[in-house]
Amino acid sequence: MQTSKRTVQFKIYRYDPDKDAKPYMQDISVELEPTDKKLLDALVRLKAKDDSLSFRRSCREGVCGSDAVNINGNNALACLTDVDSLPQPIVLRPLPGLPVIRDLIVDMTQFFKQYHSIKPYLINDEQPPERERLQTIEEREELNGLYECILCACCSTACPSFWWNPDKFVGPSGLLNAYRFIADTRDQATSERLDDLNDPYRLFRCHTIMNCVAVCPKSLNPTRAINKIKDMMVSRAI
Amino acid sequence: MGCADSLGAISVNVAKRTFDAVIVGAGGSGLRAALQLSEAGLKTAVLSKVFPTRSHTVAAQGGVAASLGNTTEDHWHWHMYDTVKGSDWLGDQDSIEFMCKKANEVVIELEHYGMPFDRTDAGKIYQRPFGGHSMHYGKSPVMRSCAAADRTGHAMLHALYQRNVRAHTQFFVEWMALDLLRDANGNVLGVTALELETGEVSIFHTRATIFATGGSGRIFYSSTNAFTNTGDGLGMAARAGIPLEDMEFWQFHPTGVAGAGVLITEGVRGEGGILRNASGERFMERYAPNLKDLASRDVVSRSMVTEINEGRGCGHDKDYVLLDITHLSPEIIMKRLPGIREISIRFAGVDPIKAPIPVVPTCHYQMGGIPTNYKGQVVIPKTGNPSTPVHGFYAAGECACASVHGANRLGTNSLLDLLVFGKSAGESVVADFKAGQLEFKPLPEDAAEKSLARLARLEFMKQGNTVHDVRLAMQRTMQKHAGVFRFKDLLKEGVTHILKVAEDAKETFINDKSKIWNTARQEALELDNMIEVAKATMISAEARKESRGAHVRDDAPDTPEHPNGRDDENWLKHSLWFSEDNHLEYKPVHLKPLSEDVEPIALAKRTY
Repeated sequence: MQTSKRTVQFKIYRYDPDKDAKPYMQDISVELEPTDKKLLDALVRLKAKDDSLSFRRSCREGVCGSDAVNINGNNALACLTDVDSLPQPIVLRPLPGLPVIRDLIVDMTQFFKQYHSIKPYLINDEQPPERERLQTIEEREELNGLYECILCACCSTACPSFWWNPDKFVGPSGLLNAYRFIADTRDQATSERLDDLNDPYRLFRCHTIMNCVAVCPKSLNPTRAINKIKDMMVSRAI
Repeated sequence: MGCADSLGAISVNVAKRTFDAVIVGAGGSGLRAALQLSEAGLKTAVLSKVFPTRSHTVAAQGGVAASLGNTTEDHWHWHMYDTVKGSDWLGDQDSIEFMCKKANEVVIELEHYGMPFDRTDAGKIYQRPFGGHSMHYGKSPVMRSCAAADRTGHAMLHALYQRNVRAHTQFFVEWMALDLLRDANGNVLGVTALELETGEVSIFHTRATIFATGGSGRIFYSSTNAFTNTGDGLGMAARAGIPLEDMEFWQFHPTGVAGAGVLITEGVRGEGGILRNASGERFMERYAPNLKDLASRDVVSRSMVTEINEGRGCGHDKDYVLLDITHLSPEIIMKRLPGIREISIRFAGVDPIKAPIPVVPTCHYQMGGIPTNYKGQVVIPKTGNPSTPVHGFYAAGECACASVHGANRLGTNSLLDLLVFGKSAGESVVADFKAGQLEFKPLPEDAAEKSLARLARLEFMKQGNTVHDVRLAMQRTMQKHAGVFRFKDLLKEGVTHILKVAEDAKETFINDKSKIWNTARQEALELDNMIEVAKATMISAEARKESRGAHVRDDAPDTPEHPNGRDDENWLKHSLWFSEDNHLEYKPVHLKPLSEDVEPIALAKRTY
């Protein structure tokens, strides 16, 4: 346990379109209390010093997906990152590849647009039974590693293919979620879902760079999900 | 459409937007209500400070209660009995009957929406046992909690959001509601709201307004709650003259990680964990000689607070105690408590194999809230009727008090509450709309005045108290004076202190004056809401001169005349706190169920 106060140096991307002509990197340091463990604690401490520093945060335990930022070059959640493990100055930038609204806050419209484009809901037009639809334990296990996505965008904004074509390539998060429904035995739209993704950009811009796997704070594997979709397309074609 | 309001030197354009209904909050209850409205074709706006799947429902773990009986025999009568008893008889039995009876329906619906519940061998929804839930009226544990691993809230919130995407629900994401709009007759007309990205203010003029703003656990220093749980709905309601019900009742968990507040399960003490004070003493031996560290939650939390208040806490501020499992073998810890070890390493920075975990009783859930009936209509005392519906106003979930949890909530009943009453509030709006009872009431010229004045104050204050300092003073006051165990003298002092903090909150200032995504301004506005909740809590708690459920006072001990310190003769009633003058009124508990299907659960001493 860190038992002493210590001063931490930061280099933080700052941009307030209301007053700044262009973005700049701010050098700033802050004294942390012994109880401050996470990068998010340090950001909250910094904000007490300079209330204009802007960032998103909510649950502070890695499940809501609000506080994804680029930390020393890697996308991660501020609330799960140990501040003392980071080389200083700690360089904080907004998630790459998305327009910056202010400071560390990015415009996630494009990211959510891709998520919404895969029809992220169960499609089953049959009259549901009076009780639950049945699913075996093994069928349910197919959803593990898929349904836990927190939509933080760490993966998609670490993906060069998404940087080049954010409007056309669904991106790792969206594709992971697409496979979450394809893999669900209760969903009846597999064929339509595959048709929708059978496109040079929507799915096939994935070049297996695997940055998504490296950065996912929930240890999910979008690349594996993407490969499974590709396999299904191949086996459907033959 | 727009009108220009000028206030002092700033001129603000206030857009007026018209909807059949506005829902404030997109957690579990807001999303469930939204489905009813979207599917019925009402023009609905859902406002949320955060993207919907970031709402705090996402952090729920254990499950949602429903007497499906998939593994063990179960009946909603038994669930109702457990819930009434858990509430220490302060819960309204009509609402509790309604919730327990509806549980199967709303859980099955979720499954049909695609929620990835775990499964039994037979392919049904998996259910696990949970504290306080029993079969045959307290005889033995029952498997009633429907679960998706230990991520039930996450799975539920995402499934509800996804179903809303399918239903084309219109969201206003990252908009913060500012004030509840009422006309001179008290009718609710909608809300004002701030778009965080642009700083622009809009009026949402509506036939119906549903509050689903969640809890406000952030009024305490140590809380399991998200940063965003700032009681916005409660603050807006209170400022608009709506009373808050039973706000003295807060659920605490003995072992949250000090500072971080992340929960450490009771199972750690089950495996042999020991609580120690600054001198290393196993202090529970003094408070509970037989069960020691495994005494019930309220006893353990009360003992911990006593140690801290008497100066035997640990750390720089002497404000936590230690949970020690270093005497257990590493094999036992790795095998039985791997998740806790991970949380401890991540959030306390200690490997519990080598060093004890700093813990404090941690605020977890608000049993009280905006008074509603089982239909989700907001109800207030008016002309002799203690529960008169407010035209156009509905509430559901943690921000509402139906009241199903009374003085103490059972685990897994919170997720059930938000499903049942989110749906019920939505159904009520649709029914009232179709019955022609929800006409648009005219909007007064100065509808946005109050909100603009709040914004203007922040704009023009050049100096004053920082939001950070006032919030910290509030949180420390609540933690010390209205914690898990209440002392007569501390409560009295607490009232004085919190009223002083409330005065300080009127003089907050922010350096950041930017229009664009001004989180300093947002936090100042949230503080206004939290202060209302803090006052309500302290004043209601000071006034209730008995011990009941989560409200345990030193001057209301366990006696033969008043078992557990509970005084049904004088205090079997709901508190109603009004922001204006901080005055309190009381209303009777509904001891009668809703229907003839079930007998009332008779008053009894609460023992487990």
